[in-house]
Amino acid sequence: MAHGAGGKASRRLVEGLFAPLLFGASTEPLGDAAHLQINGTRVAITTDSFVVKPLRFPGGSIGELAVNGTVNDLAVSGARAEALVCTYVLESGLPTEVLEAEVRAMALAARGAGVTIAGGDTKVVEHGKADGMYITTAGLGSPLPGVKIDSASVRPGDKILLSGPIGDHGVTILLARGELDLEADLQSDTRSVLPLVEALAAIAASGIRWMRDPTRGGAATSLNELARDCRLGIVLFEESIPVRDTVRGACELLGLDPLHIANEGQFLAVIAPDLADAALEALRRAPGGEDAEIIGEVREQPAGAVLETTRYGGSRIVDMLVGDPLPRIC
Amino acid sequence: MRFVDEFRDPKLITATAEEIRRLADPNRHYRIMEVCGGHTHAIYRFGLKDILPENIELIHGPGCPVCVLPMGRIDDGLSMAGDPNVIFTAFGDMMRVPGTQGSPLEHKAHGMDVRIVYSPSDALKLARANPDKHVMFFAIGFETTAPSTALTLMRARNEGVTNFSVFCNHVTIIPAIRAILDSPDMRLDAFIGPGHVSTVIGCRPYEWIAQNEKKPIVVSGFEPLDMLQSIVMLLRQLKAGEAKVENQYKRVVPWEGNRAALHAMAEVFQLRPYFEWRGLGFISQSALRIRDTFAQWDSEARFSIPGVRVTDPKAAQCGEVLKGVLKPHQCKLFGRECTPEHPVGALMVSSEGSCAAYYNYEHRKTAMANQISQSA
Repeated sequence: MAHGAGGKASRRLVEGLFAPLLFGASTEPLGDAAHLQINGTRVAITTDSFVVKPLRFPGGSIGELAVNGTVNDLAVSGARAEALVCTYVLESGLPTEVLEAEVRAMALAARGAGVTIAGGDTKVVEHGKADGMYITTAGLGSPLPGVKIDSASVRPGDKILLSGPIGDHGVTILLARGELDLEADLQSDTRSVLPLVEALAAIAASGIRWMRDPTRGGAATSLNELARDCRLGIVLFEESIPVRDTVRGACELLGLDPLHIANEGQFLAVIAPDLADAALEALRRAPGGEDAEIIGEVREQPAGAVLETTRYGGSRIVDMLVGDPLPRIC
Repeated sequence: MRFVDEFRDPKLITATAEEIRRLADPNRHYRIMEVCGGHTHAIYRFGLKDILPENIELIHGPGCPVCVLPMGRIDDGLSMAGDPNVIFTAFGDMMRVPGTQGSPLEHKAHGMDVRIVYSPSDALKLARANPDKHVMFFAIGFETTAPSTALTLMRARNEGVTNFSVFCNHVTIIPAIRAILDSPDMRLDAFIGPGHVSTVIGCRPYEWIAQNEKKPIVVSGFEPLDMLQSIVMLLRQLKAGEAKVENQYKRVVPWEGNRAALHAMAEVFQLRPYFEWRGLGFISQSALRIRDTFAQWDSEARFSIPGVRVTDPKAAQCGEVLKGVLKPHQCKLFGRECTPEHPVGALMVSSEGSCAAYYNYEHRKTAMANQISQSA
């Protein structure tokens, strides 16, 4: 199955199978978290499973990802994570110290993100399954005041804001697998983006139309989903998209597109034009938001697609990722 | 970033594009073939068509190793992977190429031991680490990748690694260019010569194109500025009525090629009498086989290969696209039955394949432009 890499196949699976059977008649576009009314109180809820090889990599590990990933899904839906529950699926024979390290990493990340871990469960599966461990977390969040995320509110002229350099996580993982004989001084960007989202909301809450954390499938996939949902065009300015030289270099060598590479500590936001500059400044002032950029804008055309323009007048369609990013050799 | 940004400098690109406009005769239509799939990819990735005048048409050539491989060879290679003692290895480029029973990735999903390697020496490393298994490397590529396969086979011999073999599908570029030029429906003015292949074979092997066929050819790098400069060089030749081999990619390509690489290839490989190319049919002396002295490491000598021959789906027009007779979107299956997710032909698989490149970077742009012009 190519359904795991976060591109077209994943979306088809969700829209074609899960949504119609599980979510009933709801025609809401698929977001990162659901916002519900329970006895008059609005809450946000989400879940995510974490499958990563190797379990530890420069800059992070699966235990930390499992917290930040869910905190981030809530954050970009416009909610502050309040409590998480977690499930560990463990491969029989996993060394205790490996497990302990991940539980400690999870605790540390939860403290960092200001979220309570309210409960959990473990399952052990036979040796040879589960690549050491899989972790699933589910999170409950409280909505950030004044923030309403809705792709239908996106309008031509809105600006696309990106919180920082893309591709760090995916390229770090690719290199950490050790199959490429490439070395680079690079770390995963895994972190909670909640402080950045809150900094943005404090200045420009009413201007935030849409947010997404571009994990699997990269920024290209998130923006293509947005373009499809709002039936407008997204035009990116190549020169404005922050990408570290190490990531660019690895992508050039391997024939990969940074826009397709996974991130774990960045988010994209669509901001109303009158608040875009203030939003950018607010992000840049927040710790960890220094490299934020406005990377493009929403236009009428190309409806439903993402176009990238270059400084020298060329342009190309940026599609969703198909399957996994496979390095190009020959 | 050094070695990249210099070749994407907007000022220089704009100036070179202006030079192209000055040189191109507005009353003439230029058909220039970029032989190499890497160039095809670059043209779409950098949106070079937006920069070039309309009367310069770039025709995508046969230089994508995955695209010219007939489906039968993929079935042959995968037939060996059915043996539970075999680890099937190939470049990532190969993994989504469909055989009649599915691609290597689909075979992997069904439980076969299929692994991506980044060089043939990684496959050899895997063989050393798995002495109870046989590791087969599905070798593809032009002269660009053939030397590394040759060196790996020499190393396997020197180290006495016996559980390793290569299923050799290496092809050579010159016979493919000859086949294109011999094709009666082909009218080309000039060639952008392959950059990476030429680092190995040098520029001399193209001289017949200039001398006998009277077509200019410029060996080119892969950055936007490289390709635009190559087009300037071709237009200058055409304007002066000349036909020469020129080397734009001097920072990488030596005129005489790489002798050490050529020696390694000569020691390990010999020409096959003929080989089937997808879309182009059988071309004599166009591919490499492993010499008998290396038979122990030759999958074709060690395994019984079914020798599958598969005709492409009738409606697919890969051959015409490969030869540049049709544009990708003019194929009946393009974007309908045949997409990057469900490729019918290999041109839709590799990011160097003209169909995939066109699909990913161009076709919606073109469709959009048509829509806008219709509604206007």
